Amino acid sequence: MRRSRFDIRAQPGFGFITLFTFFALYLPIAALVIYSFNGAESLSRWGGFSTRWFAAAWQNDAVQDAAIRSLVIATWAALIATVAATMAALATTRTRPYRGLTFKYALINQPLMVPEIVTAVALLIVFSRVKVWTGYSGLGYLIAAHTAFCIPFAYLPIRARLESMDLTLERAAADLYASSWQAFRYVTLPLLRPAIIAGFMLAFVISLDDVVITEFVKSGGQDTLPTYMLGQLRRETSPEINAIATVFLALSTALVVIFFFINRKKQ
Amino acid sequence: MSGAQEAALAAQKKDIRSRWLLSAPALLIIFCAAVGPLFVMLFYSFMAKGDYGDVKFGEFSLDGWTSVLFQRDIFDDTLGLADAHLSIIWRSLQLSFFTTLFTLILGFPTAYFIATRPQHTREVWVFLVTIPFWTNLLIRAFAMQQVIRNEGLLNNALLWLGIIKQPLQIMYTDTANLLGMTYVYLPLMVLPLYASIEKLDFRLVEAGYDLYATRFQVLWRIVIPLVKPGLIAGSILVFIPSLGAYVIPRVLGGGKNMMLGNLIEMQFGSGRNWPLGAAMSITLMALVMIALIFYVKNASRGGAGHA
Repeated sequence: MRRSRFDIRAQPGFGFITLFTFFALYLPIAALVIYSFNGAESLSRWGGFSTRWFAAAWQNDAVQDAAIRSLVIATWAALIATVAATMAALATTRTRPYRGLTFKYALINQPLMVPEIVTAVALLIVFSRVKVWTGYSGLGYLIAAHTAFCIPFAYLPIRARLESMDLTLERAAADLYASSWQAFRYVTLPLLRPAIIAGFMLAFVISLDDVVITEFVKSGGQDTLPTYMLGQLRRETSPEINAIATVFLALSTALVVIFFFINRKKQ
Repeated sequence: MSGAQEAALAAQKKDIRSRWLLSAPALLIIFCAAVGPLFVMLFYSFMAKGDYGDVKFGEFSLDGWTSVLFQRDIFDDTLGLADAHLSIIWRSLQLSFFTTLFTLILGFPTAYFIATRPQHTREVWVFLVTIPFWTNLLIRAFAMQQVIRNEGLLNNALLWLGIIKQPLQIMYTDTANLLGMTYVYLPLMVLPLYASIEKLDFRLVEAGYDLYATRFQVLWRIVIPLVKPGLIAGSILVFIPSLGAYVIPRVLGGGKNMMLGNLIEMQFGSGRNWPLGAAMSITLMALVMIALIFYVKNASRGGAGHA
């Protein structure tokens, strides 16, 4: 059977809806970016093209602090989560089922199953008490909370990579008298590197994006960029928020694009 | 012989022990900063509420749970249904349902269209769906605000076209919530649908046409039953976060059009009723679990039907 009278796969109207979908997906983002170049004092009218709000955001101390805090938290959380997830992935792949394996899967994926708001208030309850007990109220709580929900995201690509890797090379290394550490260091780890980088980047973006859990866990004066924006939205929105959002958007898009190409090269 | 067996068994035991050690950090972190707190919250839901938030330790009370659905009348102390809570729970369920429906209406044709493109263009389309998906949720809610606010893109366009005379008030309504959630969760519908349509065997579609089925019949009786697992997966992936939505109603719905997530937050903020907040959180989690169980049951049945 070669080509039939008509394309059997096509459905009428689907192409049109698809175009609409993509239009709808990108229109709001485009609007946000365009309004961020609005020179007027408020968003209600267009005051000509200007980058003044980017400059204003850049010089705003609160924004700078929040941005640095976001980066610090995301770096630590992604780093710890990636190490923990790599170890966990090595422990849960390429093995015969053993007692506790399902339990491990369930626990590692748990943060994905529970609505964020529920985790957030549960953490609020526990951490508010721990803060009183220990007197410590630094960034540690935020880093711990972020690490926890980043682990499944770092775990995903690393586990997928391990599952598709066969054991032959490691066995060959063992045959050549490599210790299990040497086999890991010189064979497994280099093969795993793209997945580890991908996992780290996913975790980093996920941590950078988090609003809900951060909002409930943070102590006073510990705003991250997203919670700072959320706080500002309560008031009259100024084009400055648009400028911040646009920069943020550019940053995370860049990360995702890099992630995409790393993943693609791997295949 | 038995010595070798013993050695193998010992090696296996050692392997399993080292596997527990390796996974310990991840399990510990998740237990301390995600799972454990849920148990503490369950405990809190059975305590009496403190005067300024928090709870009175050691004072057992079911008030948190009863006030999820009931309220005590301030005048004659009788129990009545908590209308405010019920209406918010009902709104959450309704909005989540319609969000799922709308993402399905837009998402299914989109996923189908992408899945029927040539291999190399498919990747680009999928990539284009993923980018908004990885964009910060708050920023997307905020971007939606740029479109629907009174001086926003939509109103300006409609005014300019002369279709309306007055700007439409969409912000701070349920419609705003619905538009926002549909926008934000759309990729979650498209991606699993795409994955399952991509695996569809189009020879079955061809067979349908050979037997004189119309396009609609093919779609309804061949394609949709075959991609049902993806359909259910997408619906669950959209329904669950919609039910727990917090940021979108806060940004687009304003104070009046709260959803369950905002109601929970209120109990820990101005409401100062932590046991009630805890009980509500567990209720929300239970609703999510029901949806998940429904999914697992259907998915396994769908899978078995295919094999």
